[in-house]
Amino acid sequence: MLAAATVNGLLFALAVLAVAPLAWMLAVSFMQPGEASHFPPPWWPSSPTLHNYRELFLRAGMGRYLVNSALIATGVTLVSVLLNTLAGYAFAKLKFRGREQTFRALLGALVIPGQVAMMPLFLLLKQMGLVNTYAGAMVPGLAGIFGIFLVRQYARSLPDELLEAARIDGAGELRIFFQVVLPALRPILVTLAIFAFLGAWNDFMWPLIVLGDQDLQTLPVALASLSREHVQDNELMMAGSVVTILPVLLLFLVLQRYYMQGLLVGSVKG
Amino acid sequence: MKPSLAGWAFAAPALTVIALFFVLPVIAALGLSVTDFDIYALADQRNLRFVGLDNYIKLLGNPLFWKALGNTLYFVVAGVPLSIFVSLAAALLLHSKLARFKPVFRTALFAPVVTTVVAVAVIWRYLFHTRYGAANWGLSLVGIDPVDWFGDPRWAMPSIILFAVWKNFGYNMIIFLAGLQAIPEDLYEAARIDGASWWRQLVHVTLPMLGPVLLLVGILTMAGYFQLFAEPYVMTQGGPLQSTVSVLYLMYEEGFKWWNLGNASAVAFLLFLLMTATTSGLLWFARRRGAE
Repeated sequence: MLAAATVNGLLFALAVLAVAPLAWMLAVSFMQPGEASHFPPPWWPSSPTLHNYRELFLRAGMGRYLVNSALIATGVTLVSVLLNTLAGYAFAKLKFRGREQTFRALLGALVIPGQVAMMPLFLLLKQMGLVNTYAGAMVPGLAGIFGIFLVRQYARSLPDELLEAARIDGAGELRIFFQVVLPALRPILVTLAIFAFLGAWNDFMWPLIVLGDQDLQTLPVALASLSREHVQDNELMMAGSVVTILPVLLLFLVLQRYYMQGLLVGSVKG
Repeated sequence: MKPSLAGWAFAAPALTVIALFFVLPVIAALGLSVTDFDIYALADQRNLRFVGLDNYIKLLGNPLFWKALGNTLYFVVAGVPLSIFVSLAAALLLHSKLARFKPVFRTALFAPVVTTVVAVAVIWRYLFHTRYGAANWGLSLVGIDPVDWFGDPRWAMPSIILFAVWKNFGYNMIIFLAGLQAIPEDLYEAARIDGASWWRQLVHVTLPMLGPVLLLVGILTMAGYFQLFAEPYVMTQGGPLQSTVSVLYLMYEEGFKWWNLGNASAVAFLLFLLMTATTSGLLWFARRRGAE
């Protein structure tokens, strides 16, 4: 009895600590300007207002940044899911020369932090004329070792007989991929898509570097520079945080089963 | 198309992207780090000169580099164990047979992980506000004077560590949960028959069985914590008194604020070397422990 109360009490306390900052962000985002700057901090808006959101979208150009983030994250997701799935399936099921060595080299490269590549990548994209473009922001995410690994783990369980049967029926490899493999891989595709979308949406350092042009900035970059200009406008900044966090949080809540599954395939079975 | 040809054709697009936009730049970074690539070379590459190990030597003589390294190590050494401790505690609670509403709690505890660092950093900066913040309000309830969390060099880093643990613990919690579920129930039964308390079961059954998962979580968390950047960028801009300048923050400023790309590449490589050494050390330690 006591043990159960302790376990559930502690869990409840931890959950409150985890969620309270987010709930409070939402509350403050509906407060009048200046209302949050009181001691003790108010928990609830006295007369809720959409003023901060109007201010963000009409004056601070938040709509633009929202579109930028959505375009970049969607683009990264579509391309990377396709490329990683093609490669992951090839590494799992298609025999080709040098397959094992290539895959091992890929896994070895996983230990290199992405920041090492940033300076030359910036120069390369500058040469290609891709600095200050959506494409430039998307480039590092268009294919990923982790994604290939994830698909490979999952695709290995596809029965060879299924693929052989399709080959005997005279189907080409591309057709087999799109008509047999992709449908069978659907759960992992969803997982892959969530990872790619969340990763691209939440990324900060690369968009900060490659998108100097203010009109092209993503939400996190715009929010960071807004918060430097508007250190005092807490209510406005909280509304900005809501706009930045809400889309990914909702996506996670709706698809969390797939997300958790991918997290486990990617780490524990590694 | 023959399957062997198809294999290469299917893998090629992804491999090309990785080779062109990751492997090639990493190799180029090694080259860049032995040049004096700066804003003049950016304008005209004829201004580029080979300087050998000069960048590295200059860095090792630069107090700010050591400061950044110290801050980053502080973040890793204090943050990683704290983060693992909270993750493990949360996982043990969630795994307990006594826990109710498990899916709800699991989702709530995981929520911070999927949020955007910059956006939640904005929230935490306010929670730690000297005059209006909830942190100081909590302290005032127990009669402790307000702390200038981000303005006091002694407190800026601990504040960032608290924030990072809050943001990340849910990730490891899920991995620990999976590890806990894989421990066979009869081990606990045997321990209970021997009269082992909850604590002895934890020390003699759970933790040893969780060993490999702990190692994996340790390595992943460490790698992540070495890459501290967005938090100081948004919350403190490296201050006060450079107490929150991390290695990557230094790299960013060197590279993309002052456009010393050669120097910045050297910083990146030194961080990479440090990460590799630490990970290898951890693996070596684990293997030795496992062998004995």
